[in-house]
Amino acid sequence: MPIIETKNLTYIYGQGTPFEKVAVEGVSLSVEKGEFIGVIGHTGSGKSTLIQTLNGLIRPTSGQVLLDGRDIWQEPKKIRSVRFRVGMVFQYPEYQLFEETVIKDIMFGPKNMGLSEGEARERAYEAARFTGLKEELLTKSPFELSGGEKRRAAIAGVIAMDPEVLILDEPTAGLDPRGRDVLLAQIGQYHCERGNTVLLVSHSMEDIGRTADRLLVMSGGHEQYLAPTKEVFSHGEELEGMGLRVPQITKIMQELIKLGVPADPSTLTVDRAVKQLIPYFKSRGGDKNAV
Amino acid sequence: MLSDITLGQYFPAKSIMHRADPRLKICLTVFSIVLIFSAGNFFSLALAVGYIILGMALSKIPLKLYLKSLKPILFIIIFTAVLNIFYGTGDPIWQWGFIKITRNGLLNSLFVSVRIITLILASSVLTFTTSPTQLTDAIERLLKPLAKLKVPVHEFAMMMTIALRFVPLLLEETDKIMSAQKARGADMESGGIVQRIKALVPVLIPLFVSAFRRAFDLATAMESRCYNGGEGRTKMKQLHFGAVDWMVLLSAILVLGAFMALNIVLPPSIVR
Ligand SMILES: Nc1ncnc2c1ncn2[C@@H]1O[C@H](COP(=O)(O)OP(=O)(O)OP(=O)(O)O)[C@@H](O)[C@H]1O
Ligand SMILES: [Mg+2]
Repeated sequence: MPIIETKNLTYIYGQGTPFEKVAVEGVSLSVEKGEFIGVIGHTGSGKSTLIQTLNGLIRPTSGQVLLDGRDIWQEPKKIRSVRFRVGMVFQYPEYQLFEETVIKDIMFGPKNMGLSEGEARERAYEAARFTGLKEELLTKSPFELSGGEKRRAAIAGVIAMDPEVLILDEPTAGLDPRGRDVLLAQIGQYHCERGNTVLLVSHSMEDIGRTADRLLVMSGGHEQYLAPTKEVFSHGEELEGMGLRVPQITKIMQELIKLGVPADPSTLTVDRAVKQLIPYFKSRGGDKNAV
Repeated sequence: MLSDITLGQYFPAKSIMHRADPRLKICLTVFSIVLIFSAGNFFSLALAVGYIILGMALSKIPLKLYLKSLKPILFIIIFTAVLNIFYGTGDPIWQWGFIKITRNGLLNSLFVSVRIITLILASSVLTFTTSPTQLTDAIERLLKPLAKLKVPVHEFAMMMTIALRFVPLLLEETDKIMSAQKARGADMESGGIVQRIKALVPVLIPLFVSAFRRAFDLATAMESRCYNGGEGRTKMKQLHFGAVDWMVLLSAILVLGAFMALNIVLPPSIVR
């Protein structure tokens, strides 16, 4: 059974004003338990809006969000319990820190769940470990941390609630390349160890291609594809029409195919590309300048 | 959501009211509010209300938005209206113990509600049809004579521009921070007053931090572009008093004439 489903979900900002804006329109999708879903789309395509409806932060204008088969808005009073089950890390989450110390800030979520001080602390330490936050930082004020450390602290604050579904909105935006890789690897590892469902919004096809099982492609508020990563990447040209770019190596491989080289159009990494191309070039007598 | 507040927001459109000179619009808003408050009988009140409704109609902004701008003060309107009903003088129409309702009380209540409502509507016409920059430009121009008295008019106007500019930004930011804390289970909708105030801490602290950060950034940006006050500064958009404005001004003069005639000739409807 899918853990999260949406049925014909539509969200309109500022309904009834001249600023009316349909951000998400008629999206029906379903996410299985334990999946790692990548969400991509051009800026303004409705990614952030869509994921905010999934944990009940905004109420859909029409349509439904089902969690474990139950409409989350069936009992609006209990919406808080939905938010504990579907954790959400916002774009630039470092601006949400407010406590005196980092550890206290990470404990904010668990304590809101009604956990005891001790349990909350334990969870906070574990979450800090998952996000690679050094222990000596935990007793500092969150405002003394660097940007990347703040980001980790904020993500830990959500992971500490141990949500069944973890949604991250561009967690790597504004980080340096190494910091990005490390953070993504940590999220991937967290997903493996806990086995929970992860939705990761990102602009970088490279990042998302490596980690996600399936990709959700949004365009103009509509859901264009929800398919296995490789399959989506083989639609290189359609994706470019939506303002998205497939990883460079995938693009190269797709161009090679056009020139008659037998290759996989959804190759994601350079390693895999090399493995496919070497036998081909060898069979052509090692003439590496042929293409 | 916070962004549902329409009071004081600008809605771009193409209309006579949008085209009119902002200085004139400010004066007209003050003018119509003065009319509303000096109306002594129903006829002059109706004329002033009609003038404001004409402005609303010419602004090409949906009536729904005007009604929405009244929503935040609905309670105040009802409260003062009810209070006024029971504070009338003269012979009671209806009495129950010491509570009595008089004709004068009813009229007073009606006048007061109409006044508050039109006060809001008149200012809404101004803010809906005038962008914040136009508004502060106009205020700066209107207050310029005060600069001779060493009043820092330019600085005042600049402060207003910046403040107005930051209102939507801060609202958006508040919305975002609230969402982020709600996602961590912050409960802002239930509990007593103490609990609710406590629940605001996780929102206010990040909000202040970011407001200060923005303020510093802005100050640095302004300084690095050599901003040093109003002296010698020119405007990109000059204000023009055009044909439309003369027509609007003429209408105001006509209304003023008719209003004074009605107010003086006809007997007052309420006893103050
Ligand atoms: N609070 C809001 N009020 C009005 N319109 C909004 C609001 N938030 C988003 N929108 C509009 O809704 C559309 C979708 O926005 P959304 O933030 O979901 O896009 P996104 O895919 O997350 O973009 P990005 O990649 O830039 O984060 C955009 O056109 C945006 O202008
Ligand atoms: Mg977004």
